[in-house]
Amino acid sequence: MSATPNGAADQPFVSHSIRLSLNGQERQLDVLPWTTLLDLLREQLDLVGSKKGCDHGQCGACTVLRDGKRINACLTLAVMCDGAELTTIEGLATGDQLHPMQQAFIKHDAFQCGYCTPGQICSAVGLVNEGRAHDSAQIQELMSGNLCRCGAYNNIRDAVQEVLGGEQ
Amino acid sequence: MNPFHYSKPVDVQEAVHLSSGASRFIAGGTNLLDLMKENISRPEHLIDITGLPLNHIQETAEGGVLIGALVSNADLAWHPLIEQRYPLLSQAILAGASPQLRNMASTGGNLLQRTRCYYFYDTNVPCNKREPGSGCPARTGLNRIHAILGASEQCVSTHPSDMCVALAALAARVHVEGRGGARVIEFADFHRLPGDAPQRDNQLADDELITAIELPADNLASHSNYLKIRDRASYAFALVSVAAALELDGDTIIDARLALGGVAHKPWRDRAVEASLIGQVVSRETFSQAADALLQDAEPLVHNGFKIKLARRGIIRALSDAAVAGERP
Ligand SMILES: Cc1cc2nc3c(=O)[nH]c(=O)nc-3n(C[C@H](O)[C@H](O)[C@H](O)COP(=O)(O)OP(=O)(O)OC[C@H]3O[C@@H](n4cnc5c(N)ncnc54)[C@H](O)[C@@H]3O)c2cc1C
Ligand code: SF4
Ligand code: FES
Ligand code: FES
Repeated sequence: MSATPNGAADQPFVSHSIRLSLNGQERQLDVLPWTTLLDLLREQLDLVGSKKGCDHGQCGACTVLRDGKRINACLTLAVMCDGAELTTIEGLATGDQLHPMQQAFIKHDAFQCGYCTPGQICSAVGLVNEGRAHDSAQIQELMSGNLCRCGAYNNIRDAVQEVLGGEQ
Repeated sequence: MNPFHYSKPVDVQEAVHLSSGASRFIAGGTNLLDLMKENISRPEHLIDITGLPLNHIQETAEGGVLIGALVSNADLAWHPLIEQRYPLLSQAILAGASPQLRNMASTGGNLLQRTRCYYFYDTNVPCNKREPGSGCPARTGLNRIHAILGASEQCVSTHPSDMCVALAALAARVHVEGRGGARVIEFADFHRLPGDAPQRDNQLADDELITAIELPADNLASHSNYLKIRDRASYAFALVSVAAALELDGDTIIDARLALGGVAHKPWRDRAVEASLIGQVVSRETFSQAADALLQDAEPLVHNGFKIKLARRGIIRALSDAAVAGERP
C-alpha cells in the first residue's frame, strides 16, 4: 500500500485493495479505509452470521478468527486485514459436517435466542487453539469476552468443556 | 466515524515522517476505533503501524527484557520469559479486557488508551480533556469511578490500564522515536497528572512513536501479586487495583514495589513508601502503615469515598499475598 504524504488532507479519499483468505476462499476486495471488518462481512459479503451487538468491543457477538486467533470484528478495520486468513461462523463446518464445537453447542443446548451464538462458538474455537483453559473456572474466565443476554452460560461452559476434554 | 486517509509504512522512520497533528497511529485499534466511532477522535489520516518490525520480545544484555511496541497483550502475558521473570505483568494483563481484545491490543497502545470517564465519552456534555476549557462535569457529577489522588480542579479522571500499573511497579522504561531522534522515558515520568492541561495524558509528542518497553532485571518474581477490584468478576475496569512485589530474605524485606490503578490520572507509585518498607519484617502492621502512607493525601469526591478504604484494604491484602506467593504450591 503506498504511503500518503503529509498533505493527505487535500487528496480525495480512496479505497484500498486487500487480499483475504476468507473461510478457505481467496478473495480480492476493494475497501474504504473506515469500513470495519464486521461491516465488510455483513453488508458487503452477505456473511451475516457474525452479529453486531454493541459495535464497541463489549459483547463478543462479532467474534471471528484471524490467523486462528479470536478477535472482535467490530473494532477491526477491514483494510488492516490485508493478507490475513479469516474464519467466520459460516466457515467452521465442512460441507454438512458441523464443527465439533457447533455439535457440542447443540448437544448441550448452549443457546436460547441464538444471537450471541456465532460469536460464542468462534470464541470457543479460539480458546481451544490458545490451549490455556484446562478446567471449568478457566473456561469461564476465558469466555468472559462473550456476553449472553439469555444467560446460557452454564451450558456454553459445558459445551466448551466437552470439546476440550475430547482433545486432551 | 469520519472519513480518513490510510497508509501503512514499513519502517519507523517512514511512520514518524508521515505523522502530523491531524494523523494518528493505529495498532490494535481497540481504543482508537472506539473513540472514532463516538466522534471523540477525528483523525484525517490513520497510519497503520502493524507492518513495522516491532513484534519481538528479547533479553537485554543487562538481564532485563525488551518488548516490542506491537507485541499483543495476549502474546506478552503468555510469553515464557514474562511468565517466569515478571509474573506480575502477566497477571495484570490477564486481569484486563477480554481474550479477543488482548489478542488485538498492542503493548504501545495499552499505554496510550484514554480514560473511561463517562463525560469524556459523551460529546453532548463539556469535558476539559476532550475540549480544553469547557469544564469538568465529573467533579460534582457522577464520580464513583474517578480519582482520589493527584486530581486537579480541571480533571478528576483515572487512567484505566491494568498493564501500566504493573509496568510502573516494575520500573519499566518507554523507548520512543520521533523526527528529532530516539529517547527513553522512565515509566514514572511517562504519564502526567492532569494539572491545568488534562487534554494531555502523557509526555509523548505527536510525531513520537513508542517502539519498545524495557523491563530492568529484578528479584521480585517469586513474591508478586496483582489484585484487581471491580464491579464484576471479569471483563470490567478496575475500581482499585494494586500491583505489589517484594524481594525477601527470610521475613525481611530487601526490595518493595507498590503501585495503584484506578485511583489517579496515572499509575500511582511513591518511592518513599517503598523505601520505608525496606529492612522491615513482613507483618500486617508493616503493610498497614505503608497503605496509610501511600493514601495520606487521598481526597474523596462525592461518590468515590469508598475507594480510599478499598485501596487501603487492597494494599494490605496484595502485599500479604505477595509475601507468601512463592510459598504457595
Ligand atoms: C470493552 C473493553 C474493555 C476493556 N477492558 C480493559 C481492562 O479491563 N483493562 C485494561 O487495561 N484495558 C482494557 N481495555 C483497553 C485495552 O486494553 C486498550 O484498548 C488497548 O490496550 C489499546 O491498545 P491498541 O493497540 O488496540 O491501541 P489503539 O487503539 O491502536 O491505539 C490507542 C492509542 O495509542 C496510539 N498508539 C498505538 N500504538 C502506538 C505506538 N506504538 N506509538 C505511538 N502511539 C501509538 C494510537 O494513536 C491511539 O491514540 C478494554 C477495552 C475495551 C474495548
Ligand atoms: S474528569 Fe476529566 S475526563 Fe472526566 S469530565 Fe472531567 S475533564 Fe473530562
Ligand atoms: S459487536 Fe463487537 S464486541 Fe459487540
Ligand atoms: S442465546 Fe440469547 S444472547 Fe445468548
